[in-house]
Amino acid sequence: MTATAGQAAAVLRDVRHRYGAARALDGITLTIPAGRMVGLVGPDGVGKSTLLALLAAVRRPQAGELEALGENLRDPAALARFRERIAYMPQGLGRNLYPTLSVAENIAYFGRLFGQARDVRRERAAELVQATGLARFTDRPAGQLSGGMKQKLSLCCALMREPDLLILDEPTTGVDPLSRRQFWTLIDRLRARRPTMSVLVATAYMDEAERFDWLAALDAGKVTVTGSPAEIRQRTGTASFEQAFIAMLPEDRRRGYEPVVITPPPPPRPGEGPVIEAEGLTKRFGDFVAVDHVNLSVRRGEIFGFLGSNGSGKSTTMRMLTGLLPASEGHATVLGQRPGAGGDSRRQVGYMSQAFSLYGELTVRQNLELHAHLFHLPPDRAAARIAAVLRDFDLEQVVDAAPESLPLGVRQRLQLAAAVVHEPALLILDEPTSGVDPVARDLFWRHLLRLSRQQGVTIFISTHFMNEAERCDRISLQHAGRILAVGKPAELVAQRHAASLEEAFIGWLEEAAGPEEATPDLPAPAAARQPARPTRFAPGRLLACAWREALELLRDRVRLAFALVGPVVLMIAFGFGISFDVENLPYAVLDGDQSPDSRGLLESFAGSRYFSARPPLPSEAAAEAALRAARIALAIEVPPRFGHDLRRGDRPEVSVLVDGAMPFRAETARSYVMGLSQTWLRDEQALSPLPRQRDAASIETRFRYNQAFRSAVAIVPGVIMLMLMLVPAMLAAVGVVREKESGAIANFRATPVTAPEFLIGKQLPYIAVALASFAALVLAARLVFGVPVLGSGAALAGGAVLYVLASTGFGLLISAFVASQVAAIFAAAILSVVPAVNFSGLLVPTSSLSGAARAIGLAFPSGWFQQISIGTMSKGLGLAETWVNHLALAGFAIGFVLAASLLLRKQEA
Amino acid sequence: MRSLGNVLWLTLKELRVLRADPVLLLLVVYTFTIAVYTVATGVKTEVRNAAIAVVDEDRSELSRAVTAALLPPLFQPPAAIAPAEVTPALDAGRFVFVLQLPPRFESDLLASRPVDLGLDVDATAMAQAGNGAAYIQQIVLATIGERLGTAAPPIALAVRLRFNPNGLPEWFTSVMQVMNSTLILSIILPGAAMLREREHGTLEHLLAMPVTPLEILLAKIGANALVIVAAATLSLLLVVRGLLAVPIAGSVPLFVLGTIVFQVSVAALGVLLATLTTSTGQFGLLALPVFILMMLLSGSMTPLESMPGWLQAMVQVLPTTQFVAFAQSVLFRGADFALVAPRLGVLCLLGLLFFGAAYRRLRHTLAE
Repeated sequence: MTATAGQAAAVLRDVRHRYGAARALDGITLTIPAGRMVGLVGPDGVGKSTLLALLAAVRRPQAGELEALGENLRDPAALARFRERIAYMPQGLGRNLYPTLSVAENIAYFGRLFGQARDVRRERAAELVQATGLARFTDRPAGQLSGGMKQKLSLCCALMREPDLLILDEPTTGVDPLSRRQFWTLIDRLRARRPTMSVLVATAYMDEAERFDWLAALDAGKVTVTGSPAEIRQRTGTASFEQAFIAMLPEDRRRGYEPVVITPPPPPRPGEGPVIEAEGLTKRFGDFVAVDHVNLSVRRGEIFGFLGSNGSGKSTTMRMLTGLLPASEGHATVLGQRPGAGGDSRRQVGYMSQAFSLYGELTVRQNLELHAHLFHLPPDRAAARIAAVLRDFDLEQVVDAAPESLPLGVRQRLQLAAAVVHEPALLILDEPTSGVDPVARDLFWRHLLRLSRQQGVTIFISTHFMNEAERCDRISLQHAGRILAVGKPAELVAQRHAASLEEAFIGWLEEAAGPEEATPDLPAPAAARQPARPTRFAPGRLLACAWREALELLRDRVRLAFALVGPVVLMIAFGFGISFDVENLPYAVLDGDQSPDSRGLLESFAGSRYFSARPPLPSEAAAEAALRAARIALAIEVPPRFGHDLRRGDRPEVSVLVDGAMPFRAETARSYVMGLSQTWLRDEQALSPLPRQRDAASIETRFRYNQAFRSAVAIVPGVIMLMLMLVPAMLAAVGVVREKESGAIANFRATPVTAPEFLIGKQLPYIAVALASFAALVLAARLVFGVPVLGSGAALAGGAVLYVLASTGFGLLISAFVASQVAAIFAAAILSVVPAVNFSGLLVPTSSLSGAARAIGLAFPSGWFQQISIGTMSKGLGLAETWVNHLALAGFAIGFVLAASLLLRKQEA
Repeated sequence: MRSLGNVLWLTLKELRVLRADPVLLLLVVYTFTIAVYTVATGVKTEVRNAAIAVVDEDRSELSRAVTAALLPPLFQPPAAIAPAEVTPALDAGRFVFVLQLPPRFESDLLASRPVDLGLDVDATAMAQAGNGAAYIQQIVLATIGERLGTAAPPIALAVRLRFNPNGLPEWFTSVMQVMNSTLILSIILPGAAMLREREHGTLEHLLAMPVTPLEILLAKIGANALVIVAAATLSLLLVVRGLLAVPIAGSVPLFVLGTIVFQVSVAALGVLLATLTTSTGQFGLLALPVFILMMLLSGSMTPLESMPGWLQAMVQVLPTTQFVAFAQSVLFRGADFALVAPRLGVLCLLGLLFFGAAYRRLRHTLAE
């Protein structure tokens, strides 16, 4: 604890952070006051998110001193205490939510993670959904919420416990004005109830900056200005904070900046039809009407603003206009054609979707090249246009960077650049400026104006920024799928007698939504709450993870069905299909003797079930050709004078040519031929005066465990081994990496849950599924193949439990290691199939393996379980004979989870 | 022309995306090198290196001669164990065969008294049990005959293996493992890449451009074919022919042609599976049983002739079954194009079928 702990929420001294060669934070020294609402502002990519991530302890600090809530964030013990006292909402529209879980379930998960009792959890959740207006949607899956609703849900999740420090990274980006107002009201009420709470917010909305008690402006990894909004405005001598923001920029960034000046749109040319026309355009998803009889008419060169509340169907309308979605009813024409009709009309349209949808792995330049060429620009034109948009959208610095590594605002600029690279006649832009800083937004708008006014490009744009809406020639206002009003911005303001467009807008929305439900005041907290003491292991958190993973698995019926049905189907296929009992080998004979003896010998082949005769061969060359064409597996050649020589005791040579391409088949054929010829000889000797062989020694072969020599007895237990490895591993392999890709991994980093709790919690539902599959397999073995468990069922079941612990653990280990789901399923397939199929005793007994094969077999759980599976099922063994294998499996189970825990770091590098 | 340009640019994009995932590339390399090598040298469904023990209760010259006749490469040097150890050793799977030579084995034989030898076989080790027992029988009887001077059998049976004179299993296993690697990769990579595009919204973005689903599909399959066929060919030349010294009788270009056809048809199947699912997790669980089935029932692990007739007929529609037959013909039997053309035809047909179905499904899911 330091002396400043009382007054400061956080203290940073010379904090530096870099990603590769790029410097994100370049010596930040800052004291953030406690109990205040603090804003972090600055252009895109200056390190705001990095700073917040460091303060939320989800990123590992590199250099400098970091202290928050009086705890040193570089000390692990202090970190555990710190995590009990903060709440963090990461950037991105609800990226940390679980799309298949309902609103209520998402919130409940966080309550469980924070170890709240059921009644506390319910009460608080009810309060939060009421305050955020989500109360009517508690049963809706998070994936089906609009962007703004996701943001609100994400906030609810973060606020399930009352933190001492609340960190919000661009919480209102992409949120409509009404929701934004509600959002800030909620924060204000939370603060009123809990005055000691410090709130730290990064935002791109400069009008919001006025709300903050204290601001810190960042630029190029350094703090440029701090103080209250009034102080800053005073210092810069500007009227609004947006202007102050621009004034605060360093000289070189400000140069070239000029305010956006709106010029009137060009007058319509006579006889020119509208560029976009929609009549009664409707889209239904099941019962839900997303877009409800929308009429639109946009003329050439117009900038048409498409405004509306979150979830009002704006994006759906835009997707119908691009031809990506077919309309359920009504019709639309775009540039005189059906939307998305042919290649040529599409070349006239530039579309930018709300979520980032370029290739994160390609560089900025490669993405633009791809677009230019897919729009069929000639090569020299493409190069010129790419250079132009790089310059226009200020992307020259990052031309070789991968978008994955760029901040949100820069990514948006790249998407815009890609949408205009082919100079389309119509631009359909879905919230293109969400998350983009004011300077870049103005830059972009000047560009749009130039396109519209000078080149006659029609622009259809949706936005939540009112100052952008004011720049449009006309705007429409949409709510719940219907258009409420259309007109020039000034007309709409006048129509409602409002002071501003925002006020007019909110007025319409409130009217449409009905009287706002009276939000009850938040009850005062019962007592001064003590932050929970950090615990190294909390069963509640583990169960919370298990509950959530189980819900996700249950929602995904397809995955569940594949996991349960797949193994049984494969057992049936393999039980019948894998066998070493070769029959009906095609063969042909070349009988050079044609004597009774030669025919006798050859008939013994014809009568055998192992062989199946093909027409006799005329010559050796024919035999060779038949083998080469794979028409026969072997050719038997009886020499001339065979019978004569045999009777004289001259040992005639019968030559057999076997196709050796598949050695196992060749070997089997050879042993059949030898066996048959011996039998024939014995029978002949009994009847005729051939020289007798002394038959003194005989070998009695006892086929143990499987007298009938049935393949199923050997294969079915092996299939259980195979399935309980491959399927659970595949199931678990996407477990962690799926969250890495979606962004939900942020919840693991920002909450007190530990890696073992998180992993074992995830593992439990997979284990349950795998054990159900095990039961089905044992049943199928008995009913379909008549392979019962001869030995100890308990030893088998115990082994199966340990084995699926190991196989799911193996999947999680892969998942913790890889970066993409593609790599995860590939790794799970390759790394488990090769040893389980080849080195675990399924087909080849492990006792005959040597070298690397044996080592790999021993280093993988499958071979150990195979001993248990075949031992208890076919050999009649019990724990007394198999316990070593159980012990080994337990070792694997612990080892895999331990290794995965070590790989899964609480803090991102 | 424009369509071709689109496919080329999309293919380039695919290759760049592939290059951006080092873990994935590392796995591709592993699959075509280490996996092929260890499986080829380690896996022997034939009787090779079989674990055998001898209970010698006679300890005579003859019993030692019989023991000594059980030689590599068929058998590991026989372990001498006591009678009481037989059952525990078989239970634990330490040996597949235990040969029991009774007391007075040699003296009884010399005195022309019949002798019964016991051979215990672990019949859960199906691959080696049957053929191994036959080998042991021949070796033991031949050794006894030789030692005691009994007459040779009246027929000299000369069995010669064509195309693999010494019956070396790694010739076959290595090539089959190259196929299995090709199979797993070809199903997973294009399919998962398709789902990734859907999950990340890039597929929709592409469709808003003058790009057709057909072009996207072709580029996805084409790019993967380029990488996987190149890797498979390198693996065949460097690992199989180079490192494992497997002679290739037939034409490598013909084999590469077949690999391309096989790869493309399987990749189309992978994309088809991807269009039947909505997330990568689902796809993994659907693809897994499909390629395991295709691997194990293709005739590359056990001979087709060992399956029931109905199943033999059914597995003909698996591209792997066709390719196993094709690869054996070309690489070992030195078959020419005319001889394998029917197989290639079936593979092409299957590929077209999968591709058509994938295309239909893709268009269907996009319209939703």
